[in-house]
Amino acid sequence: MRSCSPILAVWLLLFAGSSAEAQRKPDPDGDSVVARGEYLARAGDCIACHTAPEGRTFSGGRAMPTPFGTLYSSNITPDRDTGIGKWTAEDFYKAMHYGRFPDGGLMYPAMPFASYTKVTRADTEAIFAYLKSIPPVNQRNREHDLRFPYSNRQLILGWRTLYFSEGEFKPDPTKSAEWNRGAYLVEGLGHCGMCHSPINALGGTSQSDAFKGGLIPMQNWYAPSLTSNREAGLGDWSIKDITDLLQTGVSMRGVVYGPMAEVVHNSLQYLNDDDTRAMAVYLKGIAEPSPSPPASSTLPTSESSLLISLGKTVYDKHCASCHGTQGEGKPPHWPPLANNQSIEMQSAVNPIRMVLNGGYPPGTNGNPMPYGMPPFAGLLSDNEIAAVVSYIRTAWGNRGAPVSAREANELRSAPLN
Amino acid sequence: MFARTIALAVAIANLAAFDGAVAQTANQPPDTMAARVEACTPCHGNQGEGTSDVYFPRLAGKPAGYLYNQLLAFKNGRRKYPPMNYLLEFLPDPYLQQMADYFADQHPPLPPVAASDASKEVLQHGQSLVSRGDPQRQIPACGSCHGPALTGMEPGIPGLLGLRPNYISAQLGAWRYGTRTAKAPDCMQQVAARLTEEDVTAVAAWLASRPAPVTVAPAPKGTYVLPFACGSEPD
Repeated sequence: MRSCSPILAVWLLLFAGSSAEAQRKPDPDGDSVVARGEYLARAGDCIACHTAPEGRTFSGGRAMPTPFGTLYSSNITPDRDTGIGKWTAEDFYKAMHYGRFPDGGLMYPAMPFASYTKVTRADTEAIFAYLKSIPPVNQRNREHDLRFPYSNRQLILGWRTLYFSEGEFKPDPTKSAEWNRGAYLVEGLGHCGMCHSPINALGGTSQSDAFKGGLIPMQNWYAPSLTSNREAGLGDWSIKDITDLLQTGVSMRGVVYGPMAEVVHNSLQYLNDDDTRAMAVYLKGIAEPSPSPPASSTLPTSESSLLISLGKTVYDKHCASCHGTQGEGKPPHWPPLANNQSIEMQSAVNPIRMVLNGGYPPGTNGNPMPYGMPPFAGLLSDNEIAAVVSYIRTAWGNRGAPVSAREANELRSAPLN
Repeated sequence: MFARTIALAVAIANLAAFDGAVAQTANQPPDTMAARVEACTPCHGNQGEGTSDVYFPRLAGKPAGYLYNQLLAFKNGRRKYPPMNYLLEFLPDPYLQQMADYFADQHPPLPPVAASDASKEVLQHGQSLVSRGDPQRQIPACGSCHGPALTGMEPGIPGLLGLRPNYISAQLGAWRYGTRTAKAPDCMQQVAARLTEEDVTAVAAWLASRPAPVTVAPAPKGTYVLPFACGSEPD
């Protein structure tokens, strides 16, 4: 009990403080703006970067490894000394819309302001009102640890010239309101393009490559194209399968895994049905059937057929009990592998990693007890991994290419978190 | 003959109907914890009994509170082992509790004791530390927390039997180097910090050489009083 009383005292102080605050500023709409801001902050997945593991919510300090060094996210609680307590709504808009600090300084583009610039002023202000309403945390921001020359913030100017175009979302009058709402969420707060667009050596994405997929730097997961039906393009998915995937993490066509599990866990599962559906309509709309390139492989044919025949043996022994002898799975929990874009696409990084590392889809309100895939890194040799991945990429009408043992071996050392 | 044909036809029809019913449920994975924790089994065994890999521990029959603490620690990165951190990162806490309960309820037999290649002196040193500790160096006997029979205590203290020497020394090492931590006061970190490399080897060898006791279940909560405060075993 002795150790409890100071905590109780602090609680009472906080309580007294907040009720005094409420009395000073009677605002009948305040609560609903704050609630809307909280919802929008979820849609923006602010928590993923601005909260450290076991850290206080939004107090920052999360290490974010980049090819240029390690960045540490900032404290966005309303603490006056170490957070954004002294910021005005205009300051916050400037950060979201222009990627600038209140003093005009440039933010590193790890903050997705190139996407957030599309967010409306009203939505930005709601998010700010919400962040002002959460408990302040006194925690000083940690200095970034970037290598020369990236430690020079002036370089950001060059990056911005090449890759940043400021401007709120402009609806496309030829499309439905639902499509436009989906576009606004996907391109703006959802900042999907941060991963699902190829990122070049300068850490930028050209506009023409938006949503065309790419390997996520440092994580070694491939974020598939959202525009190509050969990858994660959702053109031939039903709207229900897309909304199921976004909201619950599992669907009849496949489940989310790797970095996308984080997005569903922290952000997408909280979006309401209308917004989820709008995103689904938009995502389905931007997918274009791309001509399927003939499956090409660097492996000699004789080696491929040996691999695939070993692959079938491995598959029947370790995989068929869940994924079915014909790759039909038991969806949504045990995903089908036949006609699964994630297995067939050009990059074999994700299927190899799933076999090596296994994984659980995220636990969500719609699927609180997900089924998981065992890791096989310890059970299978490089050759067996390559064989089974080659098999699932080419069996049952799948049109992927075989992979080599070297590719499997290289991904054994891919970072896991 | 005709009657037999009819009977056969009815039987086949029944069989087909039965097949249909099975196919219905067969379209979904079993709604069980066993099916949900299959991701754990390549390393920890089908019932959590452990596998041939000496670094992966037995989970079966450990106190649910202990297992839950470890799952949370892996999820939050407090205990570092990337393959585990990765698997658990986005699973809800109540689900982790159910996983812990599941493995706590499994009771496969303890494995036979493997022959130890440690010398007699090393084993004696291990026995002495495990059963009496070293008061001069403020090292408590293992049994003072892990129980006289070393089978642990509900809810948070694990048993020490059925583990292999490599795993035990790896964990004691992880505490000394800070890659395994627990809630403050982190009692095991304090104890492990006082051990030398030789102590660790000896304790691991002796513990791994112990045969299974008659009852392997952990003692009920509060069976004995801990010699010092431990964040993993709240009062």
